[in-house]
Amino acid sequence: MTEPIVKMVNIEKHFGSVIALAGVSLDVVPGECHCLLGDNGAGKSTFIKTMSGVHKPTKGEIYFEGQPMDFADPRDAISAGIATVYQDLAMIPLMSVSRNFFMGNEPLKKIAGVSFFDHELANEVTMREMKAMGINLRGPDQAVGTLSGGERQTVAIARAVHFGAKVLILDEPTSALGVRQTSNVLATVDKVRNKGIGVVFITHNVRHSLAVGDRFTVLNRGQTLGTAKRGEITPEELQDMMAGGQELAELEGSLGGTV
Amino acid sequence: MADTQTDERVKEMSPIRRALIRPELGGICGTIIVFLFFLSFAGDSGMFNIQGVMNWSVVSAQFMIIAVGACLLMIAGEFDLSVGSMIGFSGMIIALLTITFGWPVWIAIIFTFAICVAIGALNGFIVIRTGLPSFIVSLAFLFILRGFTIYLPQTLERKTIIGGIKDAAQGDWLAPIFGGKILGGFFVWLADNGLIETFERGSRAGEPVVDGIPMLIVWALGLVIFGHVLLTRTRFGNWIFAAGGDAQAARYVGVPVNRVKILMFMFTAFCACVFATAQVMEFGSAGADRGLLKEFEAIIAVVIGGALLTGGYGSVIGAALGALIFGVVQQGLFFAGVESSLFRVFLGILLLLAVVLNTYIRRLITGEK
Repeated sequence: MTEPIVKMVNIEKHFGSVIALAGVSLDVVPGECHCLLGDNGAGKSTFIKTMSGVHKPTKGEIYFEGQPMDFADPRDAISAGIATVYQDLAMIPLMSVSRNFFMGNEPLKKIAGVSFFDHELANEVTMREMKAMGINLRGPDQAVGTLSGGERQTVAIARAVHFGAKVLILDEPTSALGVRQTSNVLATVDKVRNKGIGVVFITHNVRHSLAVGDRFTVLNRGQTLGTAKRGEITPEELQDMMAGGQELAELEGSLGGTV
Repeated sequence: MADTQTDERVKEMSPIRRALIRPELGGICGTIIVFLFFLSFAGDSGMFNIQGVMNWSVVSAQFMIIAVGACLLMIAGEFDLSVGSMIGFSGMIIALLTITFGWPVWIAIIFTFAICVAIGALNGFIVIRTGLPSFIVSLAFLFILRGFTIYLPQTLERKTIIGGIKDAAQGDWLAPIFGGKILGGFFVWLADNGLIETFERGSRAGEPVVDGIPMLIVWALGLVIFGHVLLTRTRFGNWIFAAGGDAQAARYVGVPVNRVKILMFMFTAFCACVFATAQVMEFGSAGADRGLLKEFEAIIAVVIGGALLTGGYGSVIGAALGALIFGVVQQGLFFAGVESSLFRVFLGILLLLAVVLNTYIRRLITGEK
């Protein structure tokens, strides 16, 4: 197998007296979709925030392309090539697609020694990238607020890829979406993976993870229950691990395995 | 949604609807209405001869200066209610430093600017660090600064109006940049060629009725152009929109939101200080009650100009038009011979209309129901 881009070893994170993560390990290789599963409160968000530089781990090591890394803030992680797309915080609705797309990475052009925002370039790139992702805009100045939830996720993913992300962390990208929008986002994940980018896909939906995942890591109460490869594990097993293997078994019968 | 080249569910936007989602729309409509109104009711009152024009231009320019600062700050998602007190405070500091302490005027001006911008930074720093609404923090500064503006001259000079600055500013190099006039020669030329009137009697007989463009107007136009270019044409402008649109989302993509907000508080303080300095240089005095209610007038001008109170959306040109409406109406009611207290009634109604229109426009943009 190829070298992992990011390797997280025995990450612990304590918030005061609360142990949010108690030794979680995970690695991502290029071109794979690594699903991180877990129920609410399992520590998924804390873990990815550690990975994207928002939190500093209490203990444990982070390796980026084999080198030990210590991210001071999200900007460090972004410039290293770790991009995160958050569920509801991906885009700013009142701003245009083009302004959102280049937010934090505005292209500049110099006029008489002063740097200006290069709107022409920004608009052109935005239209091209959106078309490649299958989103038809009225124009680059269309406000993001007029896009659907799935389209917003797609724009955010396209943005991360455009700016050279090597690892793309998707925080529950499908949890608030309808069926068609979900399948669009999953198709986007597949496109991104095929470009050789490592995708970390956070979800609590087993079916969504099985649709695109190459490997699966389950978190439960701040601990990892191991990583499984595609084909080595059944949906039922994943579901059991997420729930801690107990209560859900009894419910399973009455729900018909559709959770 | 995806796949197809054109989406049958995306309706072509009509040009009217497209124009409607520009933030300046309210300001443009308001300006046209206000001018039509006064042209028809006060057209022959002298409001539109050169003296009249200069009269409401100066008043509008005053509003514009503070509206630019308030506008950028509001788009960045914050308020500053201490603008009015800051105007009183900075004017008083200049006066005290020059008159009581005998400093040269230019040092007093530069020193006052430094203090005010530092107070603006402190204001922003407290808002960022505590996470409190800027409404409350700057309300505290409204009282703190106004208190000092009354206390300092009372203690040092036993009065609340400090005069004599005109004499002190004689020959100063920095004072004319705030209180002077430009293009004086041009107006003399206009008068010589009979294009504008001259005084017929008195000590200034033969001089043109308008002897130049006050620096106040130059500052106003300069700040409006600077603010507009900064907001729409630079990287920092994108950060201002992002900081006010959704601070957390902006932080996640690496926008230095805290720095943007603190800088905007500093810029607002700077604008208040420009206003105060120009006023002090023009009147030759500073009063403890200067700048009362200016913070609200600035906010109203900005809202009429199409900015959303919640941040993330607005226009400097809109705010400038809002300020123009303000100045024209305030002076126009005087020219039209209307009771001037009605100005406030008019403002209130205008503010309500603007907010309703803005909320509607916001729904158009974001597709909210």
